[in-house]
Amino acid sequence: MSNLFLSRRTVLSGLVATVALPSVALAFSQSEAEALINSAVAEINAVINSGKSESAMYRDFEQILVRYADMPNIARSVLGPPARTASASQLSSFTKAFQGYISRKYGSRFREFIGGEIQVNGTQKINSVYDVRCTAILRGEPPFAISFIVHERSEKFIDLQIEGISLLKSERAEIGAMLDKAGGNIDALTASLG
Amino acid sequence: MLKPVVLFVSAALLGLAGCAAPVANGVNDPYEEVNRGWHETNIALDKGLVDPVSTAYGTVVPDPLRKGLSNVSDTLSIPGTVVNDVLQFQLGDALHNTARFAVNATVGLAGLFDPATSMGLEERDSDFGETLHTWGVGEGAYVVLPLYGPSTERDAVGLIVDIALNPVGHLLDSPESDYATGLKVADLADTRYRYSDLYESVLYDSADSYSQMRLSYLDNRRFNLGMPVSTVETDETQGGATYDIYEDFYE
Repeated sequence: MSNLFLSRRTVLSGLVATVALPSVALAFSQSEAEALINSAVAEINAVINSGKSESAMYRDFEQILVRYADMPNIARSVLGPPARTASASQLSSFTKAFQGYISRKYGSRFREFIGGEIQVNGTQKINSVYDVRCTAILRGEPPFAISFIVHERSEKFIDLQIEGISLLKSERAEIGAMLDKAGGNIDALTASLG
Repeated sequence: MLKPVVLFVSAALLGLAGCAAPVANGVNDPYEEVNRGWHETNIALDKGLVDPVSTAYGTVVPDPLRKGLSNVSDTLSIPGTVVNDVLQFQLGDALHNTARFAVNATVGLAGLFDPATSMGLEERDSDFGETLHTWGVGEGAYVVLPLYGPSTERDAVGLIVDIALNPVGHLLDSPESDYATGLKVADLADTRYRYSDLYESVLYDSADSYSQMRLSYLDNRRFNLGMPVSTVETDETQGGATYDIYEDFYE
């Protein structure tokens, strides 16, 4: 009898624990944020020094972005208020087009990175984000600072700051201007990114 | 000779201090209309003059020589940086830069080479705009200067003071001072040529190059002045604001 009760209580408390635990067990830590960027950077370094053609590098870069960055929410944030009224399918095709556009735009800078590497230096938590600070060391150039901003909620990176310049902010301005040019039409904007 | 400049500058500074409500984040651009006008002019100048001249310079003059001339220009700018290091009480930087100057001016064959960097005496730039920042002057409004490009009210004043304060400018008579100016122009042309893809993608391929330049300049300038990073934990109103854009990211 008491045995049954005990086992029931154990089961019950076990259930409670599994309900209550996720916020504790899954709390994203500073070392996890840094580990995420360490492996992203290792993949980026591998691509930079793979000797592949530029277009093959763009594709690899896009895959790394999808894996390590929260692209759907970055796309939504870059779109701004119009994202709220857009349909799910409009958002998903915009996200896809935006991903490709980002990979081509910044991938074309990769030529300058060939033979270079990115080093992870350390991580600082600021409110709900982790700022993972890196140094890019390129051939014949003074080293410069790159920061990956990892959000604790998605556990992926949501911004990249190069010498303090936020790519999220600059793409917000850029996509905003492109949306204006497209007369506020998201579908036209998506088509123009293709 | 120096007096009118100093007078003008102190007048400008007083004016600045009066309206120097420090804007730590965001964009303060009340002169946008005028600024956009200068931005267009600068782009036209780039297209018609700066780009072709730097392309010619980059094509005709071999890379090592261009690099050497840029090094000389950098070396000539060090004494001015030391003056600013002292004014900011950054005596460590003042010594660092003095040693850098001594090494590159001698072993580096009058600045043609840069052996100092490999000795741990890397470039540590500064300017009077930064000096004003350490003295507590806010950046003021964003301005686009003719030819020079993006700046702020504070940094524009700093630029004028740097020209007036530069010891090298006072030591050299013409024609040597003209050579120094020529080297500065060569250095700018080399930068324009070396990073032509980057310049062109911002200036000519973006939907609104004006706001891209404005954002990049302000973000980068604040980063170099150490505003966003180091003040985060101690001063919430200043540095914390940089990370505010991430707080409402998942709404």
